[in-house]
Amino acid sequence: RYPTFVDALRDLDDALSMCFLFSTFPRTGKCHVQTIQLCRRLAVEFLNYVVASQSLRKVFLSIKGIYYQAEVLGQPITWITPYAFAHDHPTDVDYRVMATFTEFYTTLLGFVNFRLYQSLNLLYPPKIDGQADVEVKPAEGKDYAMDSESYLEKLSALSASLARVVAPTHEDEVEMDEFPVEGETAEQMDARKKEQEALEKHKKLFEGLRFFLNREVPREPLAFIIRCFGGQVSWDKSLCIGATYDVSDPSITHQIVDRPRVEKQVVGRYYLQPQWVFDSVNAKLCLPVADYFPGVLLPPHLSPFVTEQEGDYIPPEKLKLLAMQRGENPDDESEEEEEEEEEEEEEEDNNDKEEEEEEDESEEEMKLKKMEEQKTQSNKALPVKVTAGKLRLEDKQRLEQEQQSEEKRLAIMMMKKREKYLYKKIMFGKKRKVREANKLAAKRKAHDTAVKEEKKKSKKA
Amino acid sequence: LQDIRNTVGNIPMEWYQDFPHIGYNLDGKKIYKPIRNKDELDVFLEKMENPDYWRTVQDKMTGADIKLTDEQVDLVHRLQRGQFGDVHFDPYEPAVDFFTHEVMIHPVTNRPADKRSFIPSLIEKEKVSKLVHAIKMGWIKPRKPKDDTPTYYDLWAHEDPNSILGRHKMHVPAPKMKLPGHEESYNPPPEYLLSEEEKLAWEQQEPAERKLNFVPQQYRCLRAVPAYSRFIHERFERCLDLYLCPRQRKMRVNVDPEDLIPKLPKPRDLQPFPTTQALVYRGHTSLVRCLSISPSGQWLVSGSDDCTVRFWEVCTARCMKTLPVGGVVKSVAWNPNPTVCLVAICVEQSVLLVNPCLGDKLLYGATDQVLESYVPPEEERVQPVQWVTATVEEHSKGIRLLIQHSKAVKQVTWHGKGDYFASVVADNSNMQVLIHQTSKRWSQNPFRKSKGLVQCVLFHPIRPYFFVATQRYVRVYNLLKQELTKKLMTNCKWVSSMAIHPGGDNIICGSYDSKLAWFDLDLSTRPYQLLRHHKKALRSVAFHKHYPLFASGSDDGTVIVCHGMVYNDLLQNPLLVPVKVLKGHAMTLDLGVLDVLFHPTQPWVFSSGADGTVRLYT
Repeated sequence: RYPTFVDALRDLDDALSMCFLFSTFPRTGKCHVQTIQLCRRLAVEFLNYVVASQSLRKVFLSIKGIYYQAEVLGQPITWITPYAFAHDHPTDVDYRVMATFTEFYTTLLGFVNFRLYQSLNLLYPPKIDGQADVEVKPAEGKDYAMDSESYLEKLSALSASLARVVAPTHEDEVEMDEFPVEGETAEQMDARKKEQEALEKHKKLFEGLRFFLNREVPREPLAFIIRCFGGQVSWDKSLCIGATYDVSDPSITHQIVDRPRVEKQVVGRYYLQPQWVFDSVNAKLCLPVADYFPGVLLPPHLSPFVTEQEGDYIPPEKLKLLAMQRGENPDDESEEEEEEEEEEEEEEDNNDKEEEEEEDESEEEMKLKKMEEQKTQSNKALPVKVTAGKLRLEDKQRLEQEQQSEEKRLAIMMMKKREKYLYKKIMFGKKRKVREANKLAAKRKAHDTAVKEEKKKSKKA
Repeated sequence: LQDIRNTVGNIPMEWYQDFPHIGYNLDGKKIYKPIRNKDELDVFLEKMENPDYWRTVQDKMTGADIKLTDEQVDLVHRLQRGQFGDVHFDPYEPAVDFFTHEVMIHPVTNRPADKRSFIPSLIEKEKVSKLVHAIKMGWIKPRKPKDDTPTYYDLWAHEDPNSILGRHKMHVPAPKMKLPGHEESYNPPPEYLLSEEEKLAWEQQEPAERKLNFVPQQYRCLRAVPAYSRFIHERFERCLDLYLCPRQRKMRVNVDPEDLIPKLPKPRDLQPFPTTQALVYRGHTSLVRCLSISPSGQWLVSGSDDCTVRFWEVCTARCMKTLPVGGVVKSVAWNPNPTVCLVAICVEQSVLLVNPCLGDKLLYGATDQVLESYVPPEEERVQPVQWVTATVEEHSKGIRLLIQHSKAVKQVTWHGKGDYFASVVADNSNMQVLIHQTSKRWSQNPFRKSKGLVQCVLFHPIRPYFFVATQRYVRVYNLLKQELTKKLMTNCKWVSSMAIHPGGDNIICGSYDSKLAWFDLDLSTRPYQLLRHHKKALRSVAFHKHYPLFASGSDDGTVIVCHGMVYNDLLQNPLLVPVKVLKGHAMTLDLGVLDVLFHPTQPWVFSSGADGTVRLYT
């Protein structure tokens, strides 16, 4: 079915999503316990691989679940995991079909995992690195659980690094030699180099940061993401096995909380909502923390999977983010925005004036028309009066444009029937896109004005 | 009963339904069914009258009716109540405990234990020793606990590009699932949330029609996000898609829409053509149906539904003369001969020949002289129409001759020389088209048979051809040879108008189904090109005398001017390019432009509309 490994990787999306879903099923009913355990094991193994290879690229908190995108051997692999709640098992789903698929997917994922671990010189089945093991064991005590069970749990804690077949040497990070590809200009090469550097930087996004997860935060996704980007993470000892440091550790830089208020704040660390981690990963930089303090109204969480083409609607938050990525200071902008708003108001006034002028013009036209009619209808000598004409400036560009559009319209008239049909269909699709974008923009504008007015009211009050 | 015991055994008795017997007795003789000749009525009567009917049952094995005795009925009742069959059986007798949990001083059995219960069994010992021996010898292996965990290995260790088979190449990978957009976020920008109406619309749509399969929602924080109830559904549907949906490679048409637009010469390079509205001729109070222009291009005549004909000076838009004619004017035609000043006007059943007395006095005087110099022939000839000289009063208005037809006349057109003209009568007989000669006051009917409802007629500008447009065809007659030369299929439903290129080799036909057909007479009898420029019915088409221009006026209120270049070289096809859409006429009564006309010398076009105006575009 998959003659090459890359073929298998390309087909991994559904396999991962299904395995993650099955691993959250209860151990009773619906399907075999072994299947569920196997799914869990394979999923955890894959997560560990992604952590070890630092190949996670994008994450997204959707209302359906959490999307992740990793890049393995140049192939983007996207999967979704459900939120950790008990499933309300639907009755109109044939679990046998799903189980059959899962059987295939577990086999596929197993072989892929093996190959992936091998490619990183990691042991398969994975073993937790010896050092970490020693550290963990005395803390947990011997009465924890059976070894076979605690093994998977320790693995799924994602806090420890994995054992390698060959001891890691730092020579691995040899700089890539440059092989100029023919037909590639220096600019392209530079761009590629820059991209490579950006990627390296992205991989080390959280390096040197120490996170602590509060117990109300979903532990696994956050631990996974933070570890993927080189951060250190820990949690409450009672929450899960594998905690490496305590809340009181003074070296913690960020504490992830998801409650409206935090009593007893420790000086020297940021208290942040989990969205900060996700948004930072997607933005490829550590975002300013002020927007994400506990209890603060969060900025919208944008999908990293959307790449806007020209003409698409881009939400203002995305624009701000893009500006930030280019290295512009967002604070100045917000000030500017306020100024702009004021200016806009002024502009609106101007517009009103312009409209008035237009109205004047139309009125004049009406007058002229009336006069004309009078002239034609009654040929009898009226006192002839000459009113001074108004000098009308011709907008050359506009005229040119009008002419061109007319030419186009005329040419469209001459199209053949089939081509005309195709053309109309394409244009219809384009117009619909524009319409949708306009609709979104209008909605946003209405919302913003409503918010602004409310603000003004509250200020006055 | 004993002697007729049935020996067939426990079988469904339906098997004997179609036989006269129901089995065999002990001697192997057939047991015949008892004779039953009761029909339903008898059964009913018996049910009503026989007091024992309720206790009569049929023995399936013998087919005989048996009346149950009182004891038997009692038994049935008891069994039905769930009691024991035996009347005398008492289910509630006090039980006697043989073995109790209480340890008694006396054993129930006091038998001493066997000796063999103290000594090991030799047979078992032999068996065990055999097994032990077998295990020792390695014949039997102790059962290993089954290990379910699959073992994985490097499946792609020997990846061989040559092993990619044809079926791998033909394999269509399943399309990946659509990646989520901003609207799927747990905290989307506010514009992606649905408003109340949108939500309502979403709910009313069929699930398959919905653009989004979920309602975007906003949660204040991650803590508040609930489980997505359709998660398993969606995975399941994906599975179904993967194995039930046939996959097909689809070639997407990836065309730039700009490439589809044909490359035509720019209108700017095809000048001159009319571009702007220059003059409006106001005066008519109703629709202006027809227009005509003097050969010099100085005077314009228009006929309207307000029963007048107006003469205008083209350059000043001044109405020089108004001629009330007492009827709706269907058609006007100015004599194309520049030495004659004469206008033919269709009013109801007659064609008026009017001398407008405009322009050069010598010229219109000469016309009058020519008309007056007519000498009636000696012998009166039978004519399809009546030629009447105008009365004095009419004469003062300018009317010179009246040609009275039997029915309403709808079109009149001059021959290029200006002596002959043709009129079309709204009729269904062979008298539809008549050709008149002014100088001899002589009319004739060229056709013996009617070929359909004639829409319009036209003289060839140079050769002796005559074009007759019926609803769907245009027939070309040779007037000299008196025969049909060609029949053009217009591919239209209903031809409304027709015009001929001054070169005489090309014809355009406008039709009510908003098509314009261009015929190249040398090329074929089918249209060289069908132009669908207008959105509504075409009312009129016209060619320019000198410039390569033609125009069409339509009910949608526009006049479209096209560049129609005809080359002298026979190998080169005519070049048709629309150059201008002229708007100006207001829509009245669902009618827009009723007639279009070109100036004979200038690249100007006149149009008359349902709004009672005539407009000049230059």
